[in-house]
Amino acid sequence: MSKILMKGNEAVAEAAIRAGCRLYFAYPITPQSELIEYMAKMMPKVGGTFIQAESEIAAINMVYGAAGVGKRVMTSSSSPGISLKQEGISYMAGAELPAVIVNVQRGGPGLGDIQPAQGDYFQAVKGGGHGDYQLIVLAPSSVQEFADLAADAFDLADKYRNPVMILADGMLGQMMEPVEFKPAKTQEELDALANQHLSWCICPNADGDAKHHHEINSLELDPEILEKKVSKLYEKYAEVEKNEVRYETYNLSDDNEILCVAWGTAARVVKSAINELVAQGKSIGLVRPITCWPYPYEAIASAIGPKVKKVYVFELNSGQMVEDVMIAVNGKVPVDFWGKLGGIVFTPADIQAKLEACF
Amino acid sequence: MQVIAKRPETLTAEPFTYCPGCTHGIATRLIAEAIEEQGLINLMAGVAPVGCAVFAYKFFNFDMAEAAHGRAPAVATGMKRGRPNMHIFTYQGDGDLAAIGTAEIVHAANRGEHISVFFINNAIYGMTGGQMAPTTLAGMKTTTSPYGRNPEDIGYPIRMCELLSSLVAPYYIERVSLLSPGDILRAKKAVNKAIQYNKEERGFTFVELISTCPTNWGFDPDKAREWAKENMLPYYKLGVYRDKGAGVE
Amino acid sequence: MPRVTVDPFYCKGCGLCIIACPKKILRFSEDINDKGYHYAECFNQEDCTACRLCYITCPDVAITIEK
Ligand SMILES: Cc1ncc(C[n+]2csc(CCOP(=O)(O)OP(=O)(O)O)c2C)c(N)n1
Ligand code: SF4
Ligand code: SF4
Ligand code: SF4
Repeated sequence: MSKILMKGNEAVAEAAIRAGCRLYFAYPITPQSELIEYMAKMMPKVGGTFIQAESEIAAINMVYGAAGVGKRVMTSSSSPGISLKQEGISYMAGAELPAVIVNVQRGGPGLGDIQPAQGDYFQAVKGGGHGDYQLIVLAPSSVQEFADLAADAFDLADKYRNPVMILADGMLGQMMEPVEFKPAKTQEELDALANQHLSWCICPNADGDAKHHHEINSLELDPEILEKKVSKLYEKYAEVEKNEVRYETYNLSDDNEILCVAWGTAARVVKSAINELVAQGKSIGLVRPITCWPYPYEAIASAIGPKVKKVYVFELNSGQMVEDVMIAVNGKVPVDFWGKLGGIVFTPADIQAKLEACF
Repeated sequence: MQVIAKRPETLTAEPFTYCPGCTHGIATRLIAEAIEEQGLINLMAGVAPVGCAVFAYKFFNFDMAEAAHGRAPAVATGMKRGRPNMHIFTYQGDGDLAAIGTAEIVHAANRGEHISVFFINNAIYGMTGGQMAPTTLAGMKTTTSPYGRNPEDIGYPIRMCELLSSLVAPYYIERVSLLSPGDILRAKKAVNKAIQYNKEERGFTFVELISTCPTNWGFDPDKAREWAKENMLPYYKLGVYRDKGAGVE
Repeated sequence: MPRVTVDPFYCKGCGLCIIACPKKILRFSEDINDKGYHYAECFNQEDCTACRLCYITCPDVAITIEK
């Protein structure tokens, strides 16, 4: 298949449809509006459902309902709207419902601005909603990866019966890059997907089984039983941590004097800066987490080569993922952080200057 | 001998968790009976609210989803759109539907979602111990309106049938009560009609059931019914507000 | 002859069926059920007309009527 030039917001929507998503509920917000508009245009053409909900709260609860009947479903928003979805996300984690949520992050807090930012890392990775739960969080750094992760997100959601968040930002949403899509699911594959959850989801009692009674629920008033249920969730999360950690390494070697860690759009910029400095004969490596949860702690720890003086973390926020990096580095070498706020994306020159100062 | 009245198949063996004499139980039973009578047990699914009916997912003998407080109409929308061959209803109290979930009910009704909504109006928050609801009557004392609801301060009680009747899409809207055997028989007809229209995919159907809360009103079950007749019915007028199937627009 | 039975397992002793019965043949039992309620019982099956008013009124669906 040939490559198509597309905005990230459109590419992720197209990839979701190809992955068999036929239900999409959302509310408009910049900088993700191309996504909802693409779905409005395309869902009717593939016999799917598109609803512009009355709010992000309603949208995520429609997702809860559609996931509860066992169908592939997606919603998307940007930071303020994702805050509104947190209630539903917590309920979905509690009821173990598979669904995909896309966050095209913008500057915050509050209404903030509409420029790219990474300020929702804590919200996505460390909670967001109430209670003990985990989202699987995927962070793309190109339009191609944004699209690829959409397909993977549905598979992960279905495999673990857990909501999955794709944590992108306004830059990835708005930027145009060539994308190559995976082939769309065949009718046979779509039918299989539609039936994959019949053992637990809300569905017709096809053979009139007297015992058929499926519940989608997170309520349990008996503390002992609730503790067991939540512990089971954490057994599942341990499986996810064992199997699904993903990251990219760049220019890692035993000669590295600096190890950078960055994710998403920030990692793209850091890569450009590293290229410049490598051309000048310096040795700098990069680890880019692709799964922000489960986090690649071991990958970062083992990337600290014998000559590394410092681990340098760059984010488009005030320093959020850096806390996970510190856990990974565990005091072995100093960890430094630099970030930009307000929806300002640092340039390769900014990063270069920061890195040069380390030598 | 033949059994002429018994627990419908559409109820599980689980006893209701409502207080003694609370008419929530009658509403729950009427819905179960309608689903049994329409032969929908294998195609029906419901959405339980947050409120005294929070355990409705244990009471009904078919698939059920629990929803966050007020969100049942949005959850039902996702369920219906995801499995259009199923029939979906929500069961909601007045705090659930007319306060925290106002946006969800208004917009589900406005989209004309093919779902049935059963709205239990007992003028109070039952589950949390008798706080003021959006439906609490003017002057009525609750734990959060200890001096009586003052409409100048907090507004007049919301009449949901009337409010939803201003929308074009809803197919059927009726208010009934559960305050005497005769009322219950009329309520049964309304609930049956909603489920029948649901089965026939006619559109959005809404039945408000005037109900009692003996526990938080502080009356015995019988006195609670009398109080509701005297105080709620003059403000919440019973009747058909919309029935496109019978030409009532 | 019709027969009305109250299942003590479901009955919460609210008394609404006793008020509803036009024949006044229902009353609270001396015994209490597991939840501590004096459940309803029929003390005169012969007068039962199977009118179902008790069933219709019962909020806990505790009543079965046979005819
Ligand atoms: C988001 C949220 N806010 C508040 C509550 C607490 N809460 C539980 S039930 C309820 C009110 C229920 O009243 P109503 O809907 O009238 O139903 P009833 O209990 O009277 O049947 C409230 C406020 C909650 N569960 N979730
Ligand atoms: S608190 Fe009130 S509404 Fe709730 S079950 Fe008891 S009597 Fe019924
Ligand atoms: S069926 Fe009628 S007569 Fe018989 S016990 Fe019930 S209410 Fe009384
Ligand atoms: S109405 Fe039902 S619950 Fe109440 S006393 Fe009679 S049988 Fe028992």
